[in-house]
Amino acid sequence: MIGIIDYGMGNLHSVSKAMERLGLSYFISPYVEELKEADGLILPGVGSFKDAMNILEADGLAPFIREWSQADRPLLGICLGMQLLFEESEENGTTQGLNLLPGRVRRFRGVTEAGEAYKVPHMGWNLLTFWQPEHTLLQNTAPGHVYFVHSFVVEVKSRDILIATCTYDVEVPAVVGQNATMGTQFHPEKSSQLGMAMLENFGNFVAQEVKARG
Amino acid sequence: MLTKRIIPCLDVKDGRVVKGVQFLGLRDAGDPVELSTFYDQEGADELVFLDISASHEGRKTMIDVVEEVAGTLAIPFTVGGGINALEDMRAILRAGADKVSLNTAAVKRPELITEGADYFGSQCIVVAIDAKYDESLGSWRVYTHGGRNSTALEVKAWAREVVERGAGEILLTSMDQDGAKTGFDLALTEAVNEVVSVPVIASGGAGAGEHFPPVFQQSNADAALAASIFHYKETSVAEVKKLLDEQGVVVR
Repeated sequence: MIGIIDYGMGNLHSVSKAMERLGLSYFISPYVEELKEADGLILPGVGSFKDAMNILEADGLAPFIREWSQADRPLLGICLGMQLLFEESEENGTTQGLNLLPGRVRRFRGVTEAGEAYKVPHMGWNLLTFWQPEHTLLQNTAPGHVYFVHSFVVEVKSRDILIATCTYDVEVPAVVGQNATMGTQFHPEKSSQLGMAMLENFGNFVAQEVKARG
Repeated sequence: MLTKRIIPCLDVKDGRVVKGVQFLGLRDAGDPVELSTFYDQEGADELVFLDISASHEGRKTMIDVVEEVAGTLAIPFTVGGGINALEDMRAILRAGADKVSLNTAAVKRPELITEGADYFGSQCIVVAIDAKYDESLGSWRVYTHGGRNSTALEVKAWAREVVERGAGEILLTSMDQDGAKTGFDLALTEAVNEVVSVPVIASGGAGAGEHFPPVFQQSNADAALAASIFHYKETSVAEVKKLLDEQGVVVR
């Protein structure tokens, strides 16, 4: 059973509907006591990094998610949920993140090095480059387009965690991961077959982990 | 590289897709779910649903439609038409839409854009602008109420304002071109694109597949929206994308 973390900042409906389409069992909960019973967690999220961290800290979800990840249990962050996995964000001053992956979140500059302006948010379909095609989330998929909507981008401190990227002025970490903690900057639930395949892969990974744990 | 988007628009009245959708091979050409699946499979990058219900019941039905569509569609979709308050936005977004589109209500009370953007994030607030060229103004004027009422607003100034207020995207419809089927309004699209920092969706005037490349090549639109040309199968999303690809416009 996958637990979708409800902290008031995600479009839970689209993620949960995607789970239903894939036939994956899930529940939505804001409570640590309930989420603790899940086999895998999804951290969705749309909106501001600072607001999100404030809620996660206030509700006791932040320490719970950290422990979960450190215990190497399956965790998938989506969009803002992926950014929250990193050390900090420059959104509205510096805000500490969950600090599970090495890197920081900064705003797209909106101007190229050559001085040319480009649009922010990065909104639409962009082509992925796979760096770790053997990764859990990329099983049985091929590089294709996925749907992004974001104004902030992660600067990773280690390329080891880059699983797939795309380019929008800078290199955009699109799929990241370390051990059982992973994330997608784009919305897999809105990214047609390729995105749905990645969600399904996460579901399969959770099922394998359940088996492995006995 | 970010691709250019092709967006079919569906008019929904009392829970049914209306305005001559002529599809063979569908069990029910008026069913929003069946049609969205069809367009998704054809390669549509996004969909827009425009609620043209006049009654309160019709609007309530729209929420059910949104929920049902969200349950089957794995691409983003926007819902517009009759959204007047934060409550309306909440209901539609909660039902599973990715974005809401504001038009007349935003002109009446521009604060609504700010409120929506602050509460739900700019990424889900689209402002639709209906534009018509005005000789005396030497520019385009903003219209409301589905193009029936003119306003004192100049389009570029209004576009700048809605972005400052937090709109994440502009859906720009040329009333001069709408229904004419002679191509998108390139001058209008370019004029607005030059003054805003958010994506611009060009709308109005698509009459053939050949009308799509220029709107991307010459006026640098981020997306193009069309309705009847797709509904009547004058061309298809797949054909348009093939044409764009052949002409060097990057598509999915």
